[in-house]
Amino acid sequence: MNPSAQKVPSVKTLQINGKDVSAREDQTLLDVARENGVFIPTLCNLDGLTPIGACRLCLVEVKGARRLLPACITQIQDNMEVFTETETLVKYRKMILELLFAERNHVCSVCVSNGHCELQAMAQKLGLDHIRYPYLYPKLAVDASHDRFAVDHNRCILCQRCVRVCDEIEGAHTWDVQGRGTASLVITDLNQPWGTSESCTSCGKCVQVCPTGTLFEKGRASGEMTKREFLPYLTLMREERV
Amino acid sequence: MGKQIVIDPVTRIEGHSKITIFLDDKGEVQDAQFHVTQFRGFEKFAEGRPFTEMPALTARTCGICPVSHLMASSKACDALMAVQIPRTATHLRRIMNLAQTVQSHALSFFHLSSPDLLLGMDSDPAKRNIFGVLEQQPQMARDGVALRKFGQQIIEMLGGKRIHPAWVVAGGVAEPLTAEKREKIVAMIPDAMAIIQRTLDWYKGAFEQFRTEIRTFGNFPSMFMGLVTPHEEDEHNALLEHYDGVLRFVDASGNVVLDNVDPARYLDHIAEAVEPFSYLKSPYFKPLGYPNGIYRVGPLARLNIIDRPGTPKADAEWTEFRALRRGVLLSSFHQHYARLVEILYGIEKIEQLLNEPDILSKHVRAFAKPNKHEGVGVSEAPRGTLMHHYKIDDNGLITWVNMIIATGHNNLAMNRGVAQVAKHYVKGSKLKEGALNRVEALIRCFDPCLSCSTHALGQMPMRIELLGPGGELLDHVQRG
Repeated sequence: MNPSAQKVPSVKTLQINGKDVSAREDQTLLDVARENGVFIPTLCNLDGLTPIGACRLCLVEVKGARRLLPACITQIQDNMEVFTETETLVKYRKMILELLFAERNHVCSVCVSNGHCELQAMAQKLGLDHIRYPYLYPKLAVDASHDRFAVDHNRCILCQRCVRVCDEIEGAHTWDVQGRGTASLVITDLNQPWGTSESCTSCGKCVQVCPTGTLFEKGRASGEMTKREFLPYLTLMREERV
Repeated sequence: MGKQIVIDPVTRIEGHSKITIFLDDKGEVQDAQFHVTQFRGFEKFAEGRPFTEMPALTARTCGICPVSHLMASSKACDALMAVQIPRTATHLRRIMNLAQTVQSHALSFFHLSSPDLLLGMDSDPAKRNIFGVLEQQPQMARDGVALRKFGQQIIEMLGGKRIHPAWVVAGGVAEPLTAEKREKIVAMIPDAMAIIQRTLDWYKGAFEQFRTEIRTFGNFPSMFMGLVTPHEEDEHNALLEHYDGVLRFVDASGNVVLDNVDPARYLDHIAEAVEPFSYLKSPYFKPLGYPNGIYRVGPLARLNIIDRPGTPKADAEWTEFRALRRGVLLSSFHQHYARLVEILYGIEKIEQLLNEPDILSKHVRAFAKPNKHEGVGVSEAPRGTLMHHYKIDDNGLITWVNMIIATGHNNLAMNRGVAQVAKHYVKGSKLKEGALNRVEALIRCFDPCLSCSTHALGQMPMRIELLGPGGELLDHVQRG
């Protein structure tokens, strides 16, 4: 840890699902829940990247709050009463997943990430067996112009992990998001083919953090795109160097 | 315009289809059409996908023969990469392909067709199914299940799962074979061998009683096409081939019309016609034109075009099989017999391949970027020659796909066969159960794979309509 950090964070106590827990004041609800073995589903969150509350899967109920709060970006407060498994939450989580599936063209059986996909695993974990919403079937092209990697927008859930890892860890900020709502799309540089991007260092971090088969190494067959968990190690080493 | 009899759906086949029988004013069968009523669209929606996805994607064409599509597709991908895959990978793909042939033939013979053969074409349709076989000849039903299991277990051991294994990939296979799995497969071979020899003995004693069916079930002159393993020096010593090799065309008298055709140049010799009554295209042999360029593929065709299978036991059975008729065998009824000989060959060949010295080699995959814009992969599926043909852009994304499925090659022959059977068995406006079953049984001879899904068991959910000259419903039979 940084030896110059003088301020010792104070400890706060709160309740999660009726159980008393204590945590440092600078922690988020998600951190505290995980420390205490309470499961909160997430997709956009990734240790080592700034949380942005994009996927909304980590919504929790907090007593007194007028709306549901995303656990990944909610700082804890003293005497908070948090509920993570209410009927509403269970219903909403499934709904969010259904909407993700309905929005793009997720075809697990032929996907490079079949069996190693966080979206697929989450759907299984939360017991998703139907999509009640009509599929949008957007016509999205695959960009395979990069020498080593390809991006298939059909499988993108707009978690922006690629955007964050490229910006915060690699420092290239090749990735960004264009458009609004369902028209949103991750893009490279100024919305040009990935292979023509000047800023991309071809480091492959974006590919490694992608929760689905959106970003993948070319040449991989169905189910062959496995990811390495490099990020916790990388961030730890960088913290130590500061 | 005369009357029409419609059989919809055709049962105990893979997929959805119906048959229309056209009667003239005198009530005689004039013609018959075999309609494939399902539409898939694989060739279109594969466009824009990375070529490396094609084996997994096209395997979904079918839940019965995904392995066959994996073979043709991965070979087309090898061609796009312009690589020669490791020898061991070829052996392993061959083993899986043969296991697929064994299990599919077992399904066709025991589960789908043995009720007709064992219980009789005219037997009670309520019992004319695999459960009826189980009652009368429990050993045969068990044999069928065991033989299918043999094939399926090999596929599962190699590929990780029985249906749609992701193990066959562009450039080879994903995982090498382990010594443990090899031993397990070797240990299963004696039982499978005993079953097929038992079944062959039974069939050889039984099929004579189907003399009329043999004479009328798709018994007509046509060409035959398939892959053969060419002999390096002796052109009259081409062996049975299911995975690689060259295309050979043989005419109805058994003369080789075209030999050593590079499968990649199939379009030089085959064209496809489209008929409005079916979603299944009708390929034909170009030099003879449409519809005269009718040819057949599949087990019967394969045994008709070769000079010998190439394994000792199958060689002996094949010699006996071909002795049934001078030249080539023309009756599609003999597909059943041919399937049994091929199962025997498959088991022998699997054993041979497992004994290859380098079968456990870890080098089972070639890696490369796409090096060609066009690739063709041709293999023999249980039902016949399967062709995958892809074109890609500079980035390896699919721009064009053509797939010719074995059942497609047989489309013209099936139509002609249906008409032949109907003319012989359907008389006037009286619809007899046995006659209609024979029309369906003809289709079953070809074991058409109209893609995945249903093979209805139990009572035949058949609908027959007799339509008058003005299209009015004259008679109507409904079951199921």
